[in-house]
Amino acid sequence: MHRVQTLKHTPFHDFHRAAGAKLVEFAGFEMPLRYTGDQREHQAVRERAGLFDISHMGEFRVAGGGATEFLNRMVTNDVAALEVGQALYSPMCRPDGGIVDDLLVYRLEQHYMVVVNASTCAQDFAWLEQHVPAGVTLADESDRTALLAVQGPRAAEVVRGHVPDEVLALDYYRFTAAPVFGVRALISRTGYTGEDGFELYFDPASAAQVWQGLIEAGSRVGLELVGLGARDTLRLEVGYMLYGNDIDDTTSPLEAGLGWTVKLGKRDFIGRDVLVRQQERGLTRKLVGFDLEGRRVPRHDMAIAAEGRVVGRVTSGTFSPTLQRPIGMGYVESKLAARGTALQIRAGETELPARVVARPFYTHGSRKT
Amino acid sequence: MSFPAELRYTDQHEWARLEGGTVTVGITSYATDQLGDVVFVELPAVGKKLEAHKPFGVVEAVKTVSDLYAPVGGEVVEVNGALTGNPALVNQEPFGSGWMVRIKADRPDDFKGLLSSADYEKLVEAQHA
Repeated sequence: MHRVQTLKHTPFHDFHRAAGAKLVEFAGFEMPLRYTGDQREHQAVRERAGLFDISHMGEFRVAGGGATEFLNRMVTNDVAALEVGQALYSPMCRPDGGIVDDLLVYRLEQHYMVVVNASTCAQDFAWLEQHVPAGVTLADESDRTALLAVQGPRAAEVVRGHVPDEVLALDYYRFTAAPVFGVRALISRTGYTGEDGFELYFDPASAAQVWQGLIEAGSRVGLELVGLGARDTLRLEVGYMLYGNDIDDTTSPLEAGLGWTVKLGKRDFIGRDVLVRQQERGLTRKLVGFDLEGRRVPRHDMAIAAEGRVVGRVTSGTFSPTLQRPIGMGYVESKLAARGTALQIRAGETELPARVVARPFYTHGSRKT
Repeated sequence: MSFPAELRYTDQHEWARLEGGTVTVGITSYATDQLGDVVFVELPAVGKKLEAHKPFGVVEAVKTVSDLYAPVGGEVVEVNGALTGNPALVNQEPFGSGWMVRIKADRPDDFKGLLSSADYEKLVEAQHA
């Protein structure tokens, strides 16, 4: 079998190995899939706290007088409405309304930081570069940025005493520049789990200091290391999008139920015309959540049927560790998107009965709102 | 990774144990390591005839799903009912309480055609290389 020899490592790679992680290729990186077990790691985050290495994600710095207008033209949400110290979730669209990526925009005093998916980092940078006007600078700082997430109802207890009090007072989607374990960092109250928590951006040279500090401080509350496996089940339980699965350049933010991130009323942005038309004419398909009886699990790309014909495909599916039942998402014709609609998931020869349910599947997370 | 020497193996990561004319079947520790947490095992009914090398069941893990292949042909004489309530046994004791079915082999000699533990170990190492 061919083995790719050039996988990138995050600054925490040695710690993953030492912890006995099962490592897998993800977006060109060798990343921890799991350390002990998907369900155990998942449960730790729902009940206590978990530590995630997400340094594979990309960070761009956007600066210059026209940076606000530039970013506001590139993404669907309203960057101009951001205050300094505030972050924003937004899709970035193509002219046809398809999604290039979903990302975070952080507004700092003199510039912006844009955080993108690892799998799309290179394309995103190229796409932004293609549109960047004179007077705006764009720099890829991904390799100079370590990123850890501490997530869970007891995440604040993990960092308490090791960050200034202002960090503990941050509201959801707010951030500040502050030291953590004596290391200069940008700390935001954000995450991908539905739980309270922080994401810490800092210099990779200080990787060991922050990692070991968090492990030691976290031992008091039962913090566990969490791999990509549980990261995916955590995000799916709360209905968050995974780019490449639930959204991509063939789906629009409106179809995905991300209408709250599409500000059609702001000045022109890429994709706006198509999205306005979709809004006016109504959507032909919608992303729905569904759950299933029994224990068979829907998987990415399985056909979704209704009334004896295929009406869509599963985009994400898993066995929900918290709800202890199979859940999934997929696009179906709009008239089949109502809650309670019966669907069948085709798993090989077997048809699994499913029904449309509200997203998020899990609503009791500790996330601040 | 090493595997019990008294068992035989398939290239789909099932193990088989021959006792009299009956073959007990499960999946290996390598398979459970690849799958992660098993949440459901779909097994055939007792009395069902299985064909060698054909799928006879399904293992659902949180992150992925895998078919089970019959190491030998024959009739299912027992299934591990404990897995219904506690599929995690497959992860905890893949070669023990996590067993899946017992098959009354049509041709017990077919057992000898399965991989030895040494050959299976080589196969696993090759898949890891």
